[in-house]
Amino acid sequence: MGCWILNESLSIILVLSWLGVNLYLFIDTFCWYEEEESFLYTRVILGSTLAWARASAVCLNFNCMLILLPISRNLISFMRGTSTCCRGPWRRQLDKNLKFHKLVAYGIAVNATIHIVAHLCNLQRYHWSQSAHAEGLLAVLSKLGNAPNESYLNPIRTFHTNTITELLTTIAGVTGLIISLALILIMTSSTEFIRQVSYELFWYTHHVFIIFFISLAIHGAGRIVRGQTPESQLQHNVTFCRDHYAQWQKAAPCPMPQFSGKEPSAWKWVLGPVVLYAFERIIRFWRFQQDVVITKVVSHPSGVLELHMKKRNFKMDPGQYILIQCPSVSWLEWHPFTLTSAPQENFFSVHIRASGDWTEALCKAFGAEGPAPQEPWSLPRLAVDGPFGTALTDVFQYPVSVCIAAGIGVTPFASLLKSIWYKCESQIQLKLSKVYFYWICRDPKAFEWFADLLLSLETLMSERGKAHFLSYHIFLTGWDENQAVHIALHWDESTDVITGLKQKTFYGRPNWSNEFRQMAYAHPSSSIGVFFCGPKALSKTLQRMCRLYSSADPRGVHFYYNKESF
Amino acid sequence: MGQIEWAMWANEQALASGLILIMGGIVATAGQFTKWYFGVYSIGAGVFVCLLEYPRGKRRKGSTMERCGQKYMTKVLKLFGPLTRNYYIRAFLHLGLSVPAGFLLATILGTACLAIASSIYLLAAVRGEQWIPIEPKPKERPQVGATIKQPPSNPPPRPPAEARKKPSEEEAAGAVGVSGGPQENPVPVIDEVV
Repeated sequence: MGCWILNESLSIILVLSWLGVNLYLFIDTFCWYEEEESFLYTRVILGSTLAWARASAVCLNFNCMLILLPISRNLISFMRGTSTCCRGPWRRQLDKNLKFHKLVAYGIAVNATIHIVAHLCNLQRYHWSQSAHAEGLLAVLSKLGNAPNESYLNPIRTFHTNTITELLTTIAGVTGLIISLALILIMTSSTEFIRQVSYELFWYTHHVFIIFFISLAIHGAGRIVRGQTPESQLQHNVTFCRDHYAQWQKAAPCPMPQFSGKEPSAWKWVLGPVVLYAFERIIRFWRFQQDVVITKVVSHPSGVLELHMKKRNFKMDPGQYILIQCPSVSWLEWHPFTLTSAPQENFFSVHIRASGDWTEALCKAFGAEGPAPQEPWSLPRLAVDGPFGTALTDVFQYPVSVCIAAGIGVTPFASLLKSIWYKCESQIQLKLSKVYFYWICRDPKAFEWFADLLLSLETLMSERGKAHFLSYHIFLTGWDENQAVHIALHWDESTDVITGLKQKTFYGRPNWSNEFRQMAYAHPSSSIGVFFCGPKALSKTLQRMCRLYSSADPRGVHFYYNKESF
Repeated sequence: MGQIEWAMWANEQALASGLILIMGGIVATAGQFTKWYFGVYSIGAGVFVCLLEYPRGKRRKGSTMERCGQKYMTKVLKLFGPLTRNYYIRAFLHLGLSVPAGFLLATILGTACLAIASSIYLLAAVRGEQWIPIEPKPKERPQVGATIKQPPSNPPPRPPAEARKKPSEEEAAGAVGVSGGPQENPVPVIDEVV
């Protein structure tokens, strides 16, 4: 039975740390504003809502600082390359960057709600304390600033106004409204449904974050959160004077208290990440300027376009992905594609399936549907950013690796298998000694471009006497009547009727319990890396299997799950 | 960008606006702010907008993820026919609903969001989109007759397949040869009664 806590613990620790820092900042700031003397008079007017607003503001600063970091791809790749201690678990954490981005976004939403509600109450209370019905200390404090040489405490100076006007005439109010609207627009266009309906809408609307950050930086410039100045505190003892407000005079035990606004601090928190992200976009632009030469275009029958390209100083690892932009299709969109070539080849290639607006337009631009092949100079220009590291670079770190691909998810593994092929040819000693490869596919036509690779691998492995190094299982999960008839007819032949390979294709879905049990049996004390690329439902099943069949004994077999996701 | 169904985003935006209106209304009413009666209106308007926007419309192409439990409201909305189908009506309705909430500070954010949702709906209406209810798929009963192949017409004992096959017949994949007509057994069959 699995001890999945070991595998999952790093994620949980990081989430709890994030939550812990948020809670610490919130509670610490809250208590400070509730007890701080310089804000005593402010609290007389506003009550606890001052502390709620300020505490949530500090949490907002913290989260806005964090939100840009998980989506700086180049930074993450850099960290992947340089982390030296405990590589495995930390690298797997870096794969979950999008999840962290969403978590921080939820944190921003929650804190923004608290902040807005608290400030709504604050504005209302400031307004009420200017009314004729306000008495005592409240009235005295609100009238501060009317006489010359007095600094005001209450930013609303008269009762003959309404809170909406006050909101719209302060920098903080206007920027606050803009920030909230930007946040809401970003969140409503980022729901999973909208991302499926139209990824472009999500991507373009998300750029409203630029307005968000600019408004955030100037949000505090109005300095309307006011506290007593230190000099005034020395002369005006609040604990004594608060009860003697009728006797406040220019010179006496209680001179008039002086107030000043708190200087804006949000820009200090977000400056670093904004600069880093700006660098990230500059790097993408610079990579866009570099020349990409297209050396080969292959159009496969299952609607898959294969592109071979060359670029100066391009170095990759198996399983990495690149971002491709095609200006003739769209100026702003960069789409990720896994590299399907091995590092040892002198070109790099991708297989693109036409499954959305952009990919269909790209296939059309490359003449995938036309009969005649296009001339090299008429092909559209491409820009390439990357390569970016993903989980598969870890395959060689385990003694046994299990690679599971569903449908088009086989692309990362194409690169890996080719790389294994080249490494076998050059006879390098590998830590990896056994690879299990599972491919689950609905459409036999999709085998076509991959079948060549598997065929040559099969031949090579048996030539080198390493026939047991790679064990692959192909599962066909969709067929019709005619195919079933054809398959049944050729059942007894030595090569598989669909792929032409020696290893037969299985029909239907794999029984994962059996597969994992057999692997656990065959490798009783190894670390087994499990790598998957495909739909979520299967991912959950595999995660469960990894937990189930990892033994509780630290010297026993352990399955480590790594998921590829775009 | 040409293929975007704006109504889908407008729907999400309007639902969010409804929730914001409700929250702003609760804050204003509970705190008894100046003109808090606008807060009461805002809660009512927010609830109405949420109920109206909860059932998602069907996408023109592709499958649509239903919201949990939306089929009840779908039935109610279908009753109103063109009033709920037409996005022009929705756009102006939302614009109208958002105006009173603009007089109270606590609900001004809800006003702005609902106004944005209204303008996206207007864009959707201009592009000819309509609200189509998501119907539950009728359960396909497996037709009992079609899956059963014709049973063999020859009683056992049957001679092996080669003897049964006619020379002009194509290879059938292991299917029991149905030659039709009475069978002539090459080997005489004797029933032995013991």
